[in-house]
Amino acid sequence: MMEFFQSLLGPLWPLVWTLVKIVVIVGPLLLAVAYVTYAERKVIGYMQVRIGPNRVGPLGLLQPIADGVKLMMKEIIIPSGANKKLFLLGPVLAMAPALAAWAVVPFSPELVLANIDASLLYIMAITSMGVYGIVLAGWASNSKYPFLGAMRSAAQIVSYEIAMGFALVGVLMAAQSLNLVEIVNAQKGSSFFSWYWLPLFPMFLVYLISSVAEINRAPFDVAEGESEIVGFHAEYSGMAFAVFFLAEYANMILVATLTALMFLGGWLPPFDVAPFTWIPGFFWLIAKICFVLFLFLWFRATFPRYRYDQIMRLGWKVFIPVTLIWLLFVGAMMQTPLGYLFH
Amino acid sequence: MMKSLNAFFKSLLLIELLQGMAVTGRYLFARKITVQFPEERTPMSPRFRGLHALRRYPNGEERCIACKLCEAVCPAMAIEIDMEERADGTRRTTRYDIDLTKCIFCGYCEESCPVDSIVETRVFDYHGEKRGDLYYTKQMLLAVGDKHEAQIAKDRAADAKYR
Repeated sequence: MMEFFQSLLGPLWPLVWTLVKIVVIVGPLLLAVAYVTYAERKVIGYMQVRIGPNRVGPLGLLQPIADGVKLMMKEIIIPSGANKKLFLLGPVLAMAPALAAWAVVPFSPELVLANIDASLLYIMAITSMGVYGIVLAGWASNSKYPFLGAMRSAAQIVSYEIAMGFALVGVLMAAQSLNLVEIVNAQKGSSFFSWYWLPLFPMFLVYLISSVAEINRAPFDVAEGESEIVGFHAEYSGMAFAVFFLAEYANMILVATLTALMFLGGWLPPFDVAPFTWIPGFFWLIAKICFVLFLFLWFRATFPRYRYDQIMRLGWKVFIPVTLIWLLFVGAMMQTPLGYLFH
Repeated sequence: MMKSLNAFFKSLLLIELLQGMAVTGRYLFARKITVQFPEERTPMSPRFRGLHALRRYPNGEERCIACKLCEAVCPAMAIEIDMEERADGTRRTTRYDIDLTKCIFCGYCEESCPVDSIVETRVFDYHGEKRGDLYYTKQMLLAVGDKHEAQIAKDRAADAKYR
């Protein structure tokens, strides 16, 4: 079958095959993004003793599609003073890294688009690019509030990246590899106690909280603070705004996946015994991603927004010291007879 | 010292954050209080002040005697009345208009009416597609009254002992 297409398309084959692989990953991802917005409205609604959207389609299941159609029909307003090219490049630059990072994410031991050696490094490098989209959007709007909003969220993302990076250093110390497949395989054990969330518990918490800050979500969502503050995308409308929105949710799924892979054992079943091992690893991974996503929604429904200086204090004066100390601790422990606990 | 240590561990171990999440987590499973509006409606008082109506006596004669008390009391000056003497010697309105875009639904017109003619009904989900649609004339108000007379009479009876 594959050979047939290969001979049919000739030299075009590698291009087509790459496109197919991209579509197979990005298609379901965008669908998941749409339904994360639906899940968010439902979960937060339920936590606020409401029932959330239930009018469009059965149980409101078509709501995200209606929202998408609405946003696509709206006009994209480009402010007269804005730098048009950069203004339109902003959302693209925010969205592209969120999708590009998926190239190295393994869905099961075999199912990974590019199983490169330093996939963790690749992810950290690519996700750091996202902040350029925000800075560019704020600057190109040529308006003071989006500019201030962009400065704010850029500073926030850059500072939390440090704590996040240190938390991941702990993971790579424990797994002794930068390859995501190997990181997951290193967590293999008889039960979920061998996953890295336990030996690296402070790192796990720091990573979870910094990733919430990293993706600009409540309680760290000063970038877009719907009611109080004007954020970097104040001048955007229609589909240009929707792309920022999609990027935020794609990033949300990405960090949830990374949390699942690096701290919650990826596709490993919680117990390495019969009924749990019957279920394919892919579904365990999905279940773990859903759990972390649910946590994100739960945070949003529970916590009030942090003040900006408190966000910075938490990042620089709490998380970075905590991760540094635990890094030293893990490193020291690995040299003792108790080192096996951290492998 | 002890106190600050206590506070330190409380914030380090995220105790209060977990307590907060426990509260929202509990409410996730609580019974939802949403009222599905067009299908379900919230209970309503018999004194509810919604869309206005002009009532008639059981024999079909309109109640309004054009005393213009409602017009005088209306704080928004939303009511306009013209009158004439009919062939049988009674005072009747030739025009009774309420501009619902001016009306503030205070209910003074209803309270001032000596013959219980102008009333406010329980109807609150009416609409107009142009501004002029909310300018209710005598015919429209009488039609509202005819349509909802049973409910109006029941509400007046329920409230009668307090008036």
